[in-house]
This record gives sequence, C-alpha cells and structure tokens, in this order.
Amino acid sequence: MKLTVNGTQRELDCEPDMPLLWALRDLLQLRGTKYGCGKGLCGACTVHLDGQARRSCQVTVADASGAAITTIEGLSTDGQHPLQQAWREHNVPQCGYCQPGQIMAASALLAANPGASDDDIRNTMSGNLCRCGTYPRIHAAIKSAQYTHAAVEEAKDDA
Amino acid sequence: MNTPRKVSRRRFLQLTGLTAGGLVLGARVPGPAALAGVLDEATGAALNIFVSVRADGTVEIVAHRSEMGTGIRTGLPQIVADEMEADWQRVKVIQAQANPAYGSQNTDGSRSVRDFYPVMRQMGAAARTLLETAAADTWGVPAAQCRAREHAVHGPGGQTLGFGELAARAAKLPMPDTSTLRMKAEADFRYVGQSLPIVDLDAMLTGKAVYGIDVQLPDMLYASIERSPWLQGKVESLESDAALAVAGVVDVVTLEAADGAPGFNPIEGVAVLAENNWSALRARDALKLRWSASAHSEHSAAQYLDGLAALVESGPGEVRRQRGNVSEALERAEQMVSATYRTPYLAHAPMEPPVATARVGAGSCEIWACTQTPQATRRAVAEALGLDVDAVVVHVTLLGGGFGRKSKPDFAVEAARLSRRAGRPVQVVWSREDDIRHDYFHACSAQYFQGALDAQGQVTAWLAREAAPPIGATFDPSVQMNSEGGLSQTFASVPFAVPNLRIESHPAPAHVRIGWLRSVYNIPYAFGVGSFVDELAHAAGRDPIAFWLDLLGEDRSLDFADEGFNYSNYGRSLQDFPYDTARMAAVIRTLAERVPWKQSLPAGQGWGFSAANSFLSNMAVASKVEVRDGQLRVLEMHGVLDAGRVINPDRVHAQMEGGMIFGLSLALNGEITFEGGEAQQSNFHDYPIARMQQVPPVIKTHIMPSGAPPSGVGEPPTPPVAPSVANAVFAASGQRIRELPLGKHLNV
Repeated sequence: MKLTVNGTQRELDCEPDMPLLWALRDLLQLRGTKYGCGKGLCGACTVHLDGQARRSCQVTVADASGAAITTIEGLSTDGQHPLQQAWREHNVPQCGYCQPGQIMAASALLAANPGASDDDIRNTMSGNLCRCGTYPRIHAAIKSAQYTHAAVEEAKDDA
Repeated sequence: MNTPRKVSRRRFLQLTGLTAGGLVLGARVPGPAALAGVLDEATGAALNIFVSVRADGTVEIVAHRSEMGTGIRTGLPQIVADEMEADWQRVKVIQAQANPAYGSQNTDGSRSVRDFYPVMRQMGAAARTLLETAAADTWGVPAAQCRAREHAVHGPGGQTLGFGELAARAAKLPMPDTSTLRMKAEADFRYVGQSLPIVDLDAMLTGKAVYGIDVQLPDMLYASIERSPWLQGKVESLESDAALAVAGVVDVVTLEAADGAPGFNPIEGVAVLAENNWSALRARDALKLRWSASAHSEHSAAQYLDGLAALVESGPGEVRRQRGNVSEALERAEQMVSATYRTPYLAHAPMEPPVATARVGAGSCEIWACTQTPQATRRAVAEALGLDVDAVVVHVTLLGGGFGRKSKPDFAVEAARLSRRAGRPVQVVWSREDDIRHDYFHACSAQYFQGALDAQGQVTAWLAREAAPPIGATFDPSVQMNSEGGLSQTFASVPFAVPNLRIESHPAPAHVRIGWLRSVYNIPYAFGVGSFVDELAHAAGRDPIAFWLDLLGEDRSLDFADEGFNYSNYGRSLQDFPYDTARMAAVIRTLAERVPWKQSLPAGQGWGFSAANSFLSNMAVASKVEVRDGQLRVLEMHGVLDAGRVINPDRVHAQMEGGMIFGLSLALNGEITFEGGEAQQSNFHDYPIARMQQVPPVIKTHIMPSGAPPSGVGEPPTPPVAPSVANAVFAASGQRIRELPLGKHLNV
C-alpha cells in the first residue's frame, strides 16, 4: 500500500482494511496521532485528508491512499502553526494526550471557516474529548488564533 | 557518603536504591542517602539525588512524580531551581525511574507539592550550599561571604564563578548538615509563585511527547487481552484457531489469575500477541471464549444500589462519630428533614488507556509505563516474575491522564508476564472497551440523612448513614465497611457546629474492583452532604450560603477524636495541617462576593452553591443553570480555592478549571452499571464524558492568597461541583434530584 503522509510518499506492507491510525502509529512510527476510542467518538486520532479533519481510526489505509495525509508532525515544520502558538499562549495542555487531535480539528475548522463563530467552534470541537477539561482554553486559543490570523490578513490587505 | 566515587549516574541511582531499600521503603520523603553527592565525568556532578550540574552549566533536576496533567514535572523542579538560584532556562528536567530513595513516588492524593515542598527546598538549598562552599574554597574566602545568584556564585571581592565551573569541586565536598542549611527568604523567590510554562509544552503541541502508548522497542509485539467479563471468572473454554490464522498474529496466551483479592493482579484473560495493534484487535474478535461463573457473575448494580438504599433507610448502622444525642434532638425537632441520595459506579476513562511495555531478559525486566506508582509497579512486576525488586527497572512515561486508574499496576504485570512468555518485548494496549469494562471502578453509594430544625431554623441534629463498597475490599474481600480514611472524605468529617450529630455506616460487600478516582469518596459524600445542607436551608427558609456559614459556627480548629472518630487528615498531622473552619468560611465568603448570587434571574434559571474541604484544601463552587422543557444547561461555574501557598498559579487555575469540568462531567453523565456481573458500558457513546458543548462558556477560578503550607490542588476542585449543580437545578426548577447522574432525570 502507498500513502502520502506529510508530503512524503510512504510504502507499507499491510492489509488494505487496516485503520489509518494503526498504520501511522505502528507501521510509520508517527505516534503524535493518538488512539482514544477506536470508534470515532473522541477525536484523539484526528488527521487531515486533503485538508479535511478525519478520525484516522475510521479511515482505512485503502481509503486514505491517494489522499494528502497531514498529521500533527506535518502541521508545521517548526511547531509554529498559528494554533500551536495560540495553544502556547494559553498554556492549553494538561496531560496533553488529546491535544494533537484538538489542534488538527481546530486547524481544519479555521482553514475552512476562518471566521468561525463561538457556536461553530463549540459544535466542531465537541467532537474532540478532553478528560482533563481544557475546553475553555482550547476555545480561547482558537479565538486568539482567529484574531491573529485576521490581523495578518488585514495587514496584507493594507500592504 | 563523603567519599566521591566515579560511578555512573545510573549506577548511583541503583546504589542509593539498594542502600535505602530496607530503610526508606515506603517512606513519604527521601532519607539522608538522597543527599549523597557523586562525581561522574561523563554525566556531570550529582550534588544530591535530585540535582546534578554539568560542566556546561546545565542543571538537571529530577522529577520523581508522574506527569499526568497537573504540571508536576514543572512545579517541583521550579521549587528546586528557585532555592538553588538556578536559571530556569538552563534547567533540564529528568524523569526518575522507580526508586524508593526518592521517597514516595505515588502520584495521587493531591500530595506531590504538599509533601515535597520542604524536601525540594532542602535539595535546592543543599546543592546551592555545596556550590557556594566550592567557590569559597576556590577563592580562599569564608563560605558565608559567597552567595549564589542567577546560576553563579559571587564572592566578596566581586569574583564570580558559574555553576558549571563549580560543579566538579562541589561534588567532592562533604554534604552540608541539613539542619544548618540557609533557606532563601520567601521575598526572594524567583520562581515559586510564578506561572512558568510546563516543560513538556512544545513536545505536547508537536506530537513529540512520549506517553505509555508511544514507547516502541525493537522486535516488540503488541498484545490485546480479552478479560473475564465479571470479577474472578476463569477461562472455561478457548478456541483460538481462527485468531491464530489472522495475519500478523504470533501467539495466543492465557493469562491465568490466582484466586483471592483482586489487588494489583491482572484479571484472568486471553492475550493475542501480534506484530501490530490492528492484527491483535482483529484476532481477538475471532477468539471463542467461555468464562466460568463466579460469586460476582450475578452482580446487578441497580439491585445492589436498591439494597444499599434500603439498608441506610432501614435503621441504625455502626456508629462512626457521635456528639450529643441525635435521637432525642430529632424527637424534639420543630421540623424534621430527611433524604436519601444515590451515586453510581464511575470509570476513570483517561484519554490514554492503560498501556505498558515490558522487556524481560534473563533475571531482569525493564518496564515502560504511564504509571502513577512506579515503585508499586516495580514490586508487582518483581513478584509476578519471581525477581528481586532491584532486577526490575521502571521507566515512567508521560501519562495521558491518570485520575487514579494508573495507580494500579495490573497492566504492567500483564506486559511483564507476556514478555517473558514471548521472549520478546511486549506492549499491552488496553482498548477503550477494556478500560471502561475492567476498570478499578469508583464506588457507588447510598446515603441517608436526617436533620432537625428548631423554631428559629437552626439545625439541632444531623444524622448521616452511608453504605458504599470500600476500596479496602480490593485488597481484602472480607472488608465491607468503609474505612476511617474513606469516611474522612467529607462524610464523617463534616465541619458543622451542630449540637447533636451521629455518623453511621452499613456494610457493602464489593462485587467489582473498587479503586480511587480523582477526589475519591469526596465525590459521593460531598454530593450527599452538599445537597442535604441545601435541603435544610430551603426547609428553614434561609439563603443557602448564609445557612452554610451558620452551620460552620465559630472559627475553630477541628479535632474529631473526642467524638470517637479518628480523622485521617489525608495522612498528615493536625499540628502540621490543622483543619480550620475559618479557612472554609473565608473561601465561601470570597465566592459569595465574586458571584451575583442574589441577582434576580429569569424563570427557569438558578444559582446553586456547595463547598468541601478535601486533601487539606478548601473549595467552594457556585453554578448557574437553566432548566427549560426538561433540558439542563449549565451557564456558569465559579470556584474559589484555598490550597495554601501556590507554586505555579497558572497550573493551579488549570487544575481548578479541569477539576470542575471533571466534576461536572460525572455529575451530568457519569454512570457505570452492571448486569450479570458485566459492565454495561464500553466506550464514549454509552459512558459519555463532558464535551465542549456541555461545558459552560463562563468558568471563573480564584485562588486565595496564602502563605500557609501548600495543600492539595488536583482533587479539591471536583467534589463541590455535583451538589452545586444539583442545588442550582432545584433553585431553577424546584426539582430536587437526589440521584446522580443528573442526566438520568434531565436532558443534559
């Protein structure tokens, strides 16, 4: 099987129905994508397929082949994606385990809907569970990134 | 101890472990061996077991407690760095292996800071003293004239030597007498009290953080285990041909369990060993298994709770604490109020399920695990494999949440047994279904209260009876009555100045593994106590906050000994940590000032309040809710915490936010039921935990400024939440909900 992950084509020897989650973790050693439920209920395994947020435990390798897959490792080369910066600014993580999935879900949301409202954020991010209860800071961080992003876009317009 | 030897740092840790093993095993804080220094040319100078300094000036500080989200890997080292005058930018935090020389590594009971604040200061001060003495010797001046400041020691003539330049010399010096250590003045604290970002922040945001599930060893197998659906079931029959035929499967292994107390032992199960998780999971589905019945395979949670409720309502239990004459006071009451509360079993459900990796060699074993209790893990693995404890090395990874589940090392024992069998490293990965069905469940409970009010609305009698399966049963199944430690969690330790008071217990035999979950018995008991105070206040026609403050009575230090109750005080003496009602009253008054408690609200909205003392801290919570057409929405939660001196305020706020949301989650949704001995829930669809939509848009936290010794932070924010929300539901709708979760009675 062939997958394009974070811009690199990878070959792997597995059954086509293996969930992308386990292929990423066990076969490609990309362990930033987390297992949480295996049923698409918690969002810990969220990755991007062609820019869309998908639960990698619910996508088979066969379904993912041909798509551009982005994992947390590939979201930014330097860890400075605007959402990673916003997460830092708000000290969002507690245990940190769900945060890659949260950031991947949030980045797909803002890419599709830069002006996402509070309700949009709540609706979309309610697919990602956090047992530590970092939701208020996740929400605040997404708002911060929106403002930063908007400010950047505005500055571009002025230029 | 004063003779430096050139040994590796790892060997040093092993040595101190061996030396201290007999003396310090189980000790709360490290013994004198922890202060022995060692010079190692390769890795730097160990000034004591917690601090070493490299020649380049890097200061390595050992975090001996487990990071599960509290920020403890940052908080404890920041105390050391402050006391030794290290520059935080040049500090590297090293995670400790299991070693009793560090003192207790059990990261539970909200006690990392409260137990180790003085120890961390001592370790920092001892290291600083050695560096100052080394500088003094270099310059030939009295040590008293040399002062460490900002990662260097400064002499009387303006001389300066960096910590790195002094390290080798410092490590050769005799240890300072700990009783003469000069401690920094609190006014000079540089990091204590500062919100330093956690040391793992960048790794967590980029997917580089290593949790238990992220460990990968060469040649490693993955194991998925089908366990007995009920406690103490055994494999009756097994057909594994179909499982063995799945591509990638290496072996199917029955893990037998001994009879007797569940303890930290694995549940009997059948493990599939495979080259990847997917193969293991698929093959496991193909197993054909029958399990033998046991004494617990008929357990029904609904019937069991009905039985406990009938018991507490039926009559007197064993008296645990008594003051005055409750029966007489109840007879003379102007008004008598009674109520029965029920709380369900709960599962921990950390986002990372239990995962452990083992590599068993000839006469040795290495474990990598997301464990809250590395030393217990080491002992349990050693016992299971018949090895000496010092033949077992336990590496602690980050924990993707713990909440008490990962205090139990059963999953590491599974990995060790399977690795020995396979002759290869094995990683045991619990599925979410495994995690929820086979947890060390939080106890369910029934509580019955009677209160007497006089004509002025004063409480003249308080009778409380409880029945809840005790944690002790997990280690000794004959234990049926909750312990004094269990009842010290709000139920028997109610701080109320009521003239007549009686606390009683009934037995409750355990049918599942009972464990401790964030704030433990405070969860059910604070719900019962906090709800019943509210019911009394409404019966008396009084404001619930004013009523609670009245119940607290005059400021005093509580000691329950003369009322027949041996209060645990969370393992600390009442001299060191007095239970002062004034601190709870101050927390409640502060909360009342911070929320518009008496604002007039639209119909269907209401405020609710509760407070609890737990883990030596006081927390008060006010919640504002709306109840409309059977739909409950929590609109606001406000919390005020007095946890004594706070090391990292941002992390304390984070624990308050998270602890309150944890409390809200279990209040709204949390319930595990059993039928035929089997847990009826298995994943987040039927054991929901709070999602962003359920969490109020307004959550405000306030920390009381305090110079008192640090007390618990991780757990105290949770207990008052459920009663505050239930009380708010009553204020909003007139509906009194006496059974958790609230989601059984309202849409949530």
